[in-house]
Amino acid sequence: MSKVEFNKEAGPREVFCGLTSIVWLHRRMPDAFFLVVGSRTCAHLIQSAAGVMIFAEPRFGTAILEEKDLAGLADAHEELDRVVNDLIARRPEIKTLFLVGSCPSEVIKLDLATVAEKLNNRFLGQVRFVNYSGSGIETTFTQGEDGALKALIPLMESSNEEKLLLVGTLANNVEDRFKKIFGNLGISNVESFPPRQSTELPKIGKNTKVLLTQPYLSETVRDLKHRGCEIISAPFPLGIEGSTEWFLAAAKAFKISELKVHEIISPLINRAKLALESHKEILKGKRLFLLPESQLEISLARFLHNECEMDLIEVGTPYLNKELMKEEINLLPDNTKIVEGQHVEKQLDRVRESNPDLVVCGMGLANPLEAEGISTKWSIEMVFSPIHGIDQAADLAGLFSKPLRRNQILTTKTLVTH
Amino acid sequence: MELTLWTYEGPPHVGAMRIASSMKDIHYVLHAPQGDTYADLLFTMIERRGQRPPVTYTTFQARDLGGDTAELVKKNIKEAVERFKPKALLVGESCTAELIQDQPGALAKGMGFNMPIVNLELPAYSKKENWGASETFYQLIRTLLREKVSSSEKISPLRWKELGRRPKVNILGPSLLGFRCRDDVIEIQRILSEQGIDTNVVAPLGASPDDIERLIDAEINICLYPEIAEASCEWLKRNFGMEYTSTIPIGIKNTIEFINEVHNKLDLTLTNKEELEHKSKLPWYSKSVDSNYLTGKRVFIFGDGTHAIAAAKIAKEELGFEVVGLGTYSREMARQVRATAKDLNVEALITNNYLEVEDAMKKAAPELVLGTQMERHSAKRLGIPCSVISTPMHVQDVPARYSPQMGWEGANVIFDDWVHPLMMGLEEHLIDMFKHDFEFVDGHQSHLGHTATNTKDILNSDEKKEKNSKEGIIWTESGRAELIKVPFFVRGKVKTNTEKYAILRGIPEISDETLYDAKAYFS
Repeated sequence: MSKVEFNKEAGPREVFCGLTSIVWLHRRMPDAFFLVVGSRTCAHLIQSAAGVMIFAEPRFGTAILEEKDLAGLADAHEELDRVVNDLIARRPEIKTLFLVGSCPSEVIKLDLATVAEKLNNRFLGQVRFVNYSGSGIETTFTQGEDGALKALIPLMESSNEEKLLLVGTLANNVEDRFKKIFGNLGISNVESFPPRQSTELPKIGKNTKVLLTQPYLSETVRDLKHRGCEIISAPFPLGIEGSTEWFLAAAKAFKISELKVHEIISPLINRAKLALESHKEILKGKRLFLLPESQLEISLARFLHNECEMDLIEVGTPYLNKELMKEEINLLPDNTKIVEGQHVEKQLDRVRESNPDLVVCGMGLANPLEAEGISTKWSIEMVFSPIHGIDQAADLAGLFSKPLRRNQILTTKTLVTH
Repeated sequence: MELTLWTYEGPPHVGAMRIASSMKDIHYVLHAPQGDTYADLLFTMIERRGQRPPVTYTTFQARDLGGDTAELVKKNIKEAVERFKPKALLVGESCTAELIQDQPGALAKGMGFNMPIVNLELPAYSKKENWGASETFYQLIRTLLREKVSSSEKISPLRWKELGRRPKVNILGPSLLGFRCRDDVIEIQRILSEQGIDTNVVAPLGASPDDIERLIDAEINICLYPEIAEASCEWLKRNFGMEYTSTIPIGIKNTIEFINEVHNKLDLTLTNKEELEHKSKLPWYSKSVDSNYLTGKRVFIFGDGTHAIAAAKIAKEELGFEVVGLGTYSREMARQVRATAKDLNVEALITNNYLEVEDAMKKAAPELVLGTQMERHSAKRLGIPCSVISTPMHVQDVPARYSPQMGWEGANVIFDDWVHPLMMGLEEHLIDMFKHDFEFVDGHQSHLGHTATNTKDILNSDEKKEKNSKEGIIWTESGRAELIKVPFFVRGKVKTNTEKYAILRGIPEISDETLYDAKAYFS
């Protein structure tokens, strides 16, 4: 392992909670509905993060707890029953309904598992009910997806068929690319989790080899291991290096020679390097500070340093699973400063002291930093853009070079904000 | 329990944040879990603020619940006070913290600070954002002025005469995330100043705790946004005898009535009565023959109480529209909205459910919708022109240009904002009528965007067009399949670039790989 510097920090945080992951999960599975059992704050959070107004009727909503629901849990269960009945009557096309726990529902100990079980019996053969927690007292941002996937695992049938299982939400076009490349490598039985239809869950067992596409799936990985799946240890498929190592690790698990992998992917690598050039020109030597939010920070730091030649000041992450991130950490330059957790005020002090060229941060912090003359990139964009794979390496770099390029174009340096 | 797919108002602590963020030298310690920090983006993204809201979130986690969350609250309060050195501190909790009952306000008061501390109790499971803003503003004023209540004599609106100076008023209610507040304040101050009236304090927008303590230097209060300021105005009246205005100066008639009301209260003579009618272009624009076609246009109105009521009056009396629907999501304003609706012979719609609003809109078959951003989307789906008149806020509602709703310029803005979509609506009919003419074959696009059927048509025609190129280059099945996956709005460009690349390289058949080669080449 390279000599990186691990730090932990505690204090006030500035991050999204796990409910936010509903925004991309519902798009991935168009036959599923996500019902948050929570407060007006939960509803307001999701609509603020998701631009809900563009939907005639979104496939997510909140059962908002009211005073009378807090008085007695029995009544709350009954009320939830009523809300679910109304919802299913209104949306008969829904095949899977996720009951998503929130901070208030966790604190009052609303038993969503029991509610889901009862509903499963009643709507047998029509709608499946799954429950998980996206609460901010337990989860940060992408961890919501970890919870949702973990909740689906018990519904996955067993099979000893040999297969490669890609785990973690991918953009559909990226998933297609990956499947094609694996096909060229000679791995033809490739499935994805989550699937494109909530009812088409892959079967899993001891011959399932799991290749993670996202770094934030600790709990899901643990449960897949319990089901006998083999977890392929690899960096994540961000950038050319990460994707190459990722393909190599998969090939090794399927006893396919390295030579074959290089033969298939080297044309891809060559053109990706070409495409990366113009971005590297801008990013090279620029100093980067990543604030914690998505758990993608370590992989992004590795890509931006190793392939785009940026200098890393600090790499924040909301949570660090050293075992899962082992391969990534190995690729980081020596003395990289990783900070797990957050004290947002102290971290912003460090941002100002270190005078970075680019800060990756949440939307609440971006404009205030820009107003101080510090260029920013919103971390939420990484989870909404197709950034995985060799073919997308230049697009990924582009997300970071664009704010810097813009900064070069705009010549007004003293800004008066209001 | 209420199923909510979208909500017009946030929780009450967001209302408190609106007050804190609007002011200077205030800090708000909010006992809340980490996810609640999303609310910062309402200010930094929607309002484009260059500063973070002055809010410290305690961000307690599940593992803290077994231990001492009260200590966590105190630690955060201490750090926030040391770091931000506020002149007044707001302390409160969001929905989850309300359940664990740490009573952060009481904790803060026991910490020995000598600044004023406002303990905010905002019931998250029964109240909403505007109530929270109103309550916070009221509690802040009460806390900062409490000591002056007993010593102070009742303030006469005529005091300015004794003091031998121009009359002074406070403008209360404008806040961040309020509809066009930034510009309304400028417009109203300008109007008052022209009438010889000085502004003492504008609050909460731009005010500090010191300014709040100076509120009683004015003779009367202008209650500009009752949703936020009425409770405060009422308290100032009860305790200091300060009168406040009830007319909201949106539209010509209301602006004139507002000026009259202020003069009457201050016993100030109105000397330029005739002039007032000509301060805005709205009356003439509305009278000019070009506007004849506006007569009897069916209009559906939904928004916050203040803006919906004002819109109904302008629509009927100043533009000659027919109001076919009126409603609000502000339960606090339901009574007033019902009264206005009754005068207009329509039934008021009081709801927080946008689907109900959309249904009502559909039934009313209006030619113009005046609503919130949500009604703009509903109207777009129904193919009806719409103008936005009310919160909840959207980046579009914070325009770069001066764009008030109140006063003379506000009336000008309203005329343009409401009438232009109708003119576009007329254009829409023409497009519809002539769409089969050859000039329109390429799909003259509707300003309403792609309604459901349009999108399908465009996609279909795109798919049909994705045949082989003129230069005889062949698109293979894999190439075509990849091209279809490209979003339609850039598909044309991707297609051209790929063909250009194929010609350049002498590639006769375009596969998916060629597409990616070209993508890399041109990037």
